[in-house]
Amino acid sequence: MGNGTSIGRVRGLGSAKSGTHHWIVQRFTAVGNLLLVLWLLFSILQMPGLDYASVTAWLAQPLVAVPMMLMLVSVFWHLKLGLQVLIEDYVHDDGLKFFAVLILNFYAIGGAALGIFAIAKIAFTGGAAA
Amino acid sequence: MAASILHRITGDGLAIVGALGLVWWLVAAASGPEYYDYFLGWAGSPIGYFIMIGLSWAFFQHLFSGLRHFVLDTGAGYELTGNRKWSLIVFALAILATAALWLWIFAGKL
Repeated sequence: MGNGTSIGRVRGLGSAKSGTHHWIVQRFTAVGNLLLVLWLLFSILQMPGLDYASVTAWLAQPLVAVPMMLMLVSVFWHLKLGLQVLIEDYVHDDGLKFFAVLILNFYAIGGAALGIFAIAKIAFTGGAAA
Repeated sequence: MAASILHRITGDGLAIVGALGLVWWLVAAASGPEYYDYFLGWAGSPIGYFIMIGLSWAFFQHLFSGLRHFVLDTGAGYELTGNRKWSLIVFALAILATAALWLWIFAGKL
């Protein structure tokens, strides 16, 4: 210590060790969620019904399937960042924190993959299952 | 204070219950008509409506609170009276938006 600027002496010492990139991506995905989830909400409100045939026919359209996939990426990325901050704030044991962030990563990536696969299946099979 | 902790609580609720519900809906639709009807049975039950109404409020609260955070990120809005006023406006907007959404849905069914 003693050398460098004041910011240089404290950088990396917070509970998360780093964070600018995390912070910025949290905002980018927040805007993504704002646009895409509102789009989903208004789309659902304008659908004739939420029965199997209406929903699969709707999801099979390219201009629905792609925004839905992007929404899953944005939502799960955003929730991964948000829950990670929650863990960093409240879980103080290093081992437990590592484990909790590991489980969170599995949940976020697994959940997004499952949702994207479901949309892809509906889109590529034209919703004409069974 | 309350606005800040509610932002976190609604975020956690949406992250777990909301995201799992969304993926369940999509997987149900990808699994065929029988399983989708089973999903609709749950979603259309009183518990399903209770959860969906709660999630919609959490969504609007987190959305408006998030917009408030965008303003705070610029360094504006920290004066005590203004800060308090905007957090109350966020609460009111979230409740109004939730009420408007479900009035729209239930009115359409009548």
